[in-house]
Amino acid sequence: MTDDLKDKQRLDRQIIALRVAKEFQDGNYVNLGIGIPMLASNFVPAGREVVFHSENGVLGFGEVTLPGEGDLDLVNAGGQTVQRQPGMCFFSHDESFAMVRGGHLDISVMGAYQVSDKGDLANYMVPERQVGTIGGAMDLAFGAKRVIIAMNHVTKDGQPRIVKKCSYELTAPACVKLIVTDIAVIEVTDKGLVLKEVAPGWTPEEVQQLTEPTLIIDKECREIELM
Amino acid sequence: MPINKIVASFDEAVADIQDGAVIMVGGFGTVVSMPSCLLEALDRKGIKNITTVSNSSGFGADVWKMQGAPFPEDMDILVRNRRIRKAIVSAPVSAMYVNNFEKLLRAGEVDIEMVPQGTLAERVRAARAGLGGILVPTGIGTVVEQGKEKKVIDGREYLLELPIKADFALIHAHKGDRWGNLVYRGTSRTFNPTMAGAAKVTIAEVDEIVELGELDPEAIVTPGIYVDRVVARPKAVVDDREITDEQAMESQARFRSEIEATKKLKESGGSQ
Repeated sequence: MTDDLKDKQRLDRQIIALRVAKEFQDGNYVNLGIGIPMLASNFVPAGREVVFHSENGVLGFGEVTLPGEGDLDLVNAGGQTVQRQPGMCFFSHDESFAMVRGGHLDISVMGAYQVSDKGDLANYMVPERQVGTIGGAMDLAFGAKRVIIAMNHVTKDGQPRIVKKCSYELTAPACVKLIVTDIAVIEVTDKGLVLKEVAPGWTPEEVQQLTEPTLIIDKECREIELM
Repeated sequence: MPINKIVASFDEAVADIQDGAVIMVGGFGTVVSMPSCLLEALDRKGIKNITTVSNSSGFGADVWKMQGAPFPEDMDILVRNRRIRKAIVSAPVSAMYVNNFEKLLRAGEVDIEMVPQGTLAERVRAARAGLGGILVPTGIGTVVEQGKEKKVIDGREYLLELPIKADFALIHAHKGDRWGNLVYRGTSRTFNPTMAGAAKVTIAEVDEIVELGELDPEAIVTPGIYVDRVVARPKAVVDDREITDEQAMESQARFRSEIEATKKLKESGGSQ
């Protein structure tokens, strides 16, 4: 990576989450993975009612509470305590994954180590440690109607995470539909990866420099709307 | 004679579990969903060479003491004391830090079968329901498909996954009665009702035992037919020993700063 790109300002975790949340449509059932995705629960666009699902058996929970302020018997999949709200319900693990695998979730947002131009997803095997946790990720990747990935565009060493072929163990092949990173929003299509939006101050060419497969630059490619 | 599945103590409840047994352990990631007192009793017994079936491999008691959980032992008590020969598990390690299970795995001291979470739940449910196997789409095109038979149904590929059978299931519920009917509390339901009845013997650790008839039949989650023993937790005593796990502290601090940052952004109109 060239030094000028290395020092360019990127979106932080909160802003990535905010952009992801714009994808939530009124009435959607949404599962949020641990990390950046979970933050998206705090940015549901005004006027839209969204029901959050968590693998550990809850639909319709509220915002994350501060540690020590919540009920330990009311947590999201990351173990953070969340608020009780009207309409929420609890269920067992087999029921929870009937929802996931059965195609009842509209959106699953997850993190990733790598995504390929075919939408292959690698996000469970910790690369440096060669161990990993499959957890609920595979079922979500196979079962949700729309898989959205929220991640940094490159690794800590500046290597692209959006690649021609994943070198890490796959979570699921051809499942990702949208990638939201700290510099771009990219749609996975049959024709390839379409660059839809860039972060403020970034050009499509600069995003391409940090992306392994060739991007199709959308005719209406524009700056990410942050607010 | 009246049915009475209530057992007086945790030690008595696990007395007949032998070395080498296959043991399901209910709950998810957080300790409040787990049968902590049964795990402690199993450990006290000095059991060896067991195969465990569980969602996670534990974070360790220190993490949970810090959160104020009165019964802080999770799967880690069996891991760190080297009770486990093989773990059938969905979430064995943490992305945030190296847990004791990962250390044993690296040292070659424990075998693992990692199973996608939904497949784990359904294979356990299959055992309870008397099924010979299930067809699951999850895992096609990944390492999970290795060595498994495939079937194509209506043009979609599925893996034949087999039921997971066990000798004992240790679960945690909120309230139970002498027939073994159970209700749960909040998100602490998780694998507990899934595992109830999936083993030869199901032992339920409950926060409270209530009189028969007190549980609303409309609200009972686990029918007593699936449960063999019920044992009540003692009145909760919060352990206020100092926390030693620095990494756990750090992760809590990170959660806190992240939530505060979110709130700040929201207050400044960022969500509009």
